[in-house]
Amino acid sequence: MKKRSTGFYLLSLFFAVFVLFLYGPTLTIALLSFQGPGGGLTFPMQGVSLYWFEQLFQKQAVGNFGDAIVRSFTLGLSVMVTTVVVSFLAGLAFRKRFAGSSFLFYLTLTSLIIPSILVSLGIGLMFDRMDWESNWYSSGFGAHLTWTLPFGLLIMFAVFNRFNPSYETASADLGASHWQTFKYVLLPLLAPSLIGVGLFGFTLSWDEFARTLMTSGSFNTLPLELFAMTTNVTTPVLYALGTLTTVTSFSLIIITLCILRWTRRSYSNKA
Amino acid sequence: MLINTKNVSSYWQSLPLTLVLMTFLVFPLFVITVVSFWDYNEYSIIPDFIFDNYEYLLTSKVTWLAYVNTFKYAFLAWLLTLLIGFTVAYFLAFHIKTNGMQTLLFLICTIPFLTSNIIRMISWIPLLGRNGLINSGLQSAGLTDAPLEFLLYSDFAIVLAYVHLYTLFMVVPIFNSMMRIDKSLIEAAIDAGAKPYHILRDVVIPLSKSGIIIGSIFVFTLVMGDFVTVKIMGGGIRANIATLIYNEISLLQYPAAAAGAVVLLFTVILILVILFRLVDIRKEL
Repeated sequence: MKKRSTGFYLLSLFFAVFVLFLYGPTLTIALLSFQGPGGGLTFPMQGVSLYWFEQLFQKQAVGNFGDAIVRSFTLGLSVMVTTVVVSFLAGLAFRKRFAGSSFLFYLTLTSLIIPSILVSLGIGLMFDRMDWESNWYSSGFGAHLTWTLPFGLLIMFAVFNRFNPSYETASADLGASHWQTFKYVLLPLLAPSLIGVGLFGFTLSWDEFARTLMTSGSFNTLPLELFAMTTNVTTPVLYALGTLTTVTSFSLIIITLCILRWTRRSYSNKA
Repeated sequence: MLINTKNVSSYWQSLPLTLVLMTFLVFPLFVITVVSFWDYNEYSIIPDFIFDNYEYLLTSKVTWLAYVNTFKYAFLAWLLTLLIGFTVAYFLAFHIKTNGMQTLLFLICTIPFLTSNIIRMISWIPLLGRNGLINSGLQSAGLTDAPLEFLLYSDFAIVLAYVHLYTLFMVVPIFNSMMRIDKSLIEAAIDAGAKPYHILRDVVIPLSKSGIIIGSIFVFTLVMGDFVTVKIMGGGIRANIATLIYNEISLLQYPAAAAGAVVLLFTVILILVILFRLVDIRKEL
């Protein structure tokens, strides 16, 4: 192998600084959230305790996070299941050409790159004009789908582009019905990707703010609660909530990666 | 015959997606367009067909200033995310030799994207604030006498947050196109006597063009439509187009907000039409 060049070391340094830039601020607030009761929003640390995490679960004037967490979690789960089913079906549909397929494709892209405030305003106005009641589980749910489904579909495209159709052909040649091929060949092979789509959908929904803003009705989801706090909370309780949601997202991502690794390994063992 | 039956399944399989997008994207956009021609007073919005909202919007100096600001943010964020994203992708694609290491480093870059944007913005407060780490560090080092005010709640903070939040959208597509570059092309260039700079300019950049464009589409549209970053990092005193719309929504001036939204949509579409001409997205996945 060639000796590492100076370019390599310069680029490594650049990359290290970039990673520090990505993670540094989050680690700072994680650190500050473990302060004692006298702590403020900046350094130096005032003691070490779990005080601000306990504060999170007390009912207080600024809001009730417990309920917001439950709402965001429920919403995330429903969005997750819907995203997996709808984008999997759409992914199957797009394996063949059909009338309107390119229109639907561009519509999905539009849904992804349209400014979120337009989706929020549009759905909010639509519910208002139709005299339907806006709620996080109705209008909010729909708004989240406009954000998670495009990602789901794009992932399904990437998956099917790399999928070898000869497995299906082989299964059909051996006399399996459409349904058997689907159940015993296609679904197990794609299961890891579908889990990926699902957890990706969950985290996107869990953190979604702009599209929820006008569509959540009278009860806040967690990101809305957080946004409200940025303007009126000046204690580390804000950081504690930040740390808690980041830890939730992180654990989910790690679990997904472990599942993906594990399923991949068990397949290669069987093969 | 065969093709026909398969087509039928494509239709029902794509139906749920079509229904969701029709209900929660197309129809709401239609409602916005209709309402943008309506009248309103302090209490309610009134069905009508007037152009006042557009006239007011397009003749107001505030709007034009907000557009100038928005384009300024978009340009700066685009330039910085492109330079940083390209360098990071280049490092990952050409300097990391093992697959496992590549995946690991790529994941390290990707994971923050899946955490809350709002929290990632709040995280800058203890660093950039008047009594934050950077200011106290500078002061104790004797480099400045008073806290630097431009660090937080400023254009600087807004662009910094965009770079922090959106560089990933450049890294992923550029990395993706770089991984498809046949390494023997670069060997050939070296054998033909090309200098590193020439390889970058004549081989790597042209072949990563599609990734660069997809990344640019993401960064441009995200910044054009953003109002959360400007609200939090601008401290409520900076304005771009989406914050104007947001303020009108808070004042319940929906028709004015709707007119602003329609104009914003057309601006974004115009930029996208130009960018989409340069790339075939479906080939890139």
